[in-house]
Amino acid sequence: MASVSSPLESGPTVFLSGQKGLRIPFFILLLRKSIRLFLTMLLIPTVVFFVLRIIPGDPALVVAGFDAPPEVVENLRSKLGTNRPPLEQYEEWILSVAQLEFGTSLISNEPVLKLILDRFPLTLSLAVAGMLCALLIAIPLGVMSAVRRWTLWDYGGMVFSQIGISLPSFWLGIILLLLFAVKYPLFPLFGGDSPWHLVLPSVALGINRGAVLLRLVRTAMIEELGKEYIITARSKGLPELVVRYRHALRNALLPVLTIAGIQFGYMLGGAIILEQVFSLPGLGRLILSAVFQRDFPVIQGGTLFVAAVFSLVNFLVDLLYSLVNPRIRVG
Amino acid sequence: MRIRIRRKRQKIQKFFLFTSTVYLCFLLFAAVGSSYLAPHSPTTQNLNQRLLPPFTEGKILGTDDLGRDIWSRIVYGTRSLLLIGTVSVGIALAGGLVMGILAGAIGGIVDSFIMLLMDGILSFPTVLLAITVVSVLGYGLVQVTVALGIVFIPVFARLVRAETISRLTEGYVESSRALGTPFPKILLRHVLPNMMPDLIAQSTVTFALVVVIEASLSFLGLGTQPPEPSWGLMLKESRNFLYQAPWMAIFPGLALAATVFSFNYLGDYLSEQLNPQRW
Repeated sequence: MASVSSPLESGPTVFLSGQKGLRIPFFILLLRKSIRLFLTMLLIPTVVFFVLRIIPGDPALVVAGFDAPPEVVENLRSKLGTNRPPLEQYEEWILSVAQLEFGTSLISNEPVLKLILDRFPLTLSLAVAGMLCALLIAIPLGVMSAVRRWTLWDYGGMVFSQIGISLPSFWLGIILLLLFAVKYPLFPLFGGDSPWHLVLPSVALGINRGAVLLRLVRTAMIEELGKEYIITARSKGLPELVVRYRHALRNALLPVLTIAGIQFGYMLGGAIILEQVFSLPGLGRLILSAVFQRDFPVIQGGTLFVAAVFSLVNFLVDLLYSLVNPRIRVG
Repeated sequence: MRIRIRRKRQKIQKFFLFTSTVYLCFLLFAAVGSSYLAPHSPTTQNLNQRLLPPFTEGKILGTDDLGRDIWSRIVYGTRSLLLIGTVSVGIALAGGLVMGILAGAIGGIVDSFIMLLMDGILSFPTVLLAITVVSVLGYGLVQVTVALGIVFIPVFARLVRAETISRLTEGYVESSRALGTPFPKILLRHVLPNMMPDLIAQSTVTFALVVVIEASLSFLGLGTQPPEPSWGLMLKESRNFLYQAPWMAIFPGLALAATVFSFNYLGDYLSEQLNPQRW
């Protein structure tokens, strides 16, 4: 894995080798991480506010159109609340977010929260299915590469991961459509609400992320297999299968699952684009059509919602990891 | 046996490195000399030659739904691709350097504030934040470039901050400071040169990410606007002609994947070569 930090790999510190540190009681850790989560949750609406309000450009003018009569624009300004001083707007925005009050859509006049919650299950199931695919690819191939290091298996795994990382998932989606919906019509081409419709998009998501995770599984597995308890287990006469899968793999999966958790957040981002490829009516399409229709409350609410889920998932993964692996309860 | 395979592996790595470099040089050449490489105009429509399959009537990669030559569009597409990549990475690098050095060198409240802001930006999925920024700035090439530059600032800021802090506490820097070297000079002499390898490697990897996200945004209709040639836009247009003209989807995507592969591979290689102690 590259030592440079790409946003795909940043996140909680993962120690592949057993580094020692100060142990901290779990509840203090929980407290610390909760404070951090709270700060992040405060930060997210702030960033959304800055992006949408402070960046030069007048949302009201954009919504109404640049040749709209001044009174229409003024009317929209007061509806969007952009005619008041920024600080006041910010205060009101934070307060309404705290009450889960995201306003109503400018187009359909429905509450934004309802629109989001209607669409979110699909995006979530796409991300979960994509993650499952990624793990189904990464774990067997990664273990194979590690166990048969420097053989054709390993070499094949590395090539697969290098290529898989480079394939943009939306293009992969198009190619899967071409192959399995156009050439061999096994799957429906566009749209839909059955689980059948999720197969191709989740494979497209899974191959890309699976390629990232594969390298990680390999590194972690090689690291574990070189440790002393493996030698002990082998010298006890345990079958190699038990040593590999019950001893080594279990420990190797810990860091992998953490990164998988972080990747999950990025799955949400990837799902947004794949929804467009496969015409799935998810959160991504909601946000995108809001961008095209200049429906600012929906853009604002949708972005906030996804970022909040993203941070929550990271928090849970981080917590779960330190619960399962007490070695890393380090400040 | 094992040693032989390991050698084989090195050979294959060298092969990948060679192909990546050659491909990137080709991209650069295609961007500079588009008119030499492309036999047709990328935007001229010819409705008599709609949806021609590859290798017919002198169109190497076929034509699209408006009869435009796909090869020429791919070649001209390298211009916007390299431009967006370079400028976005430049913005991210410059912003990251300023933020990172401020945070690392001043410390205290400034540090906490800047890093909090950076963490705030990092708590959004990259594509989503880019979409949001574009929704305010408007669609188009320039807007996407700026949006992607902003989105990637925190990645560089974190790296620069960590490097600044670790360099400033090193013995030779402290002695240089004790000798009365002015602070800006210390930054220029000791801190900046030492973080160059990391920055170069990070820039290469970020370039690959920027290219993918720009293509995604163009695919969504937020980036490059028609009729300009852009690979993401070509993929967007291909989506309605999957039955009739699969080549419209295959070739721009292959070019995109190869570009991402080359930048990723080069980035990995650079960070491996420039930082041997970390591996």
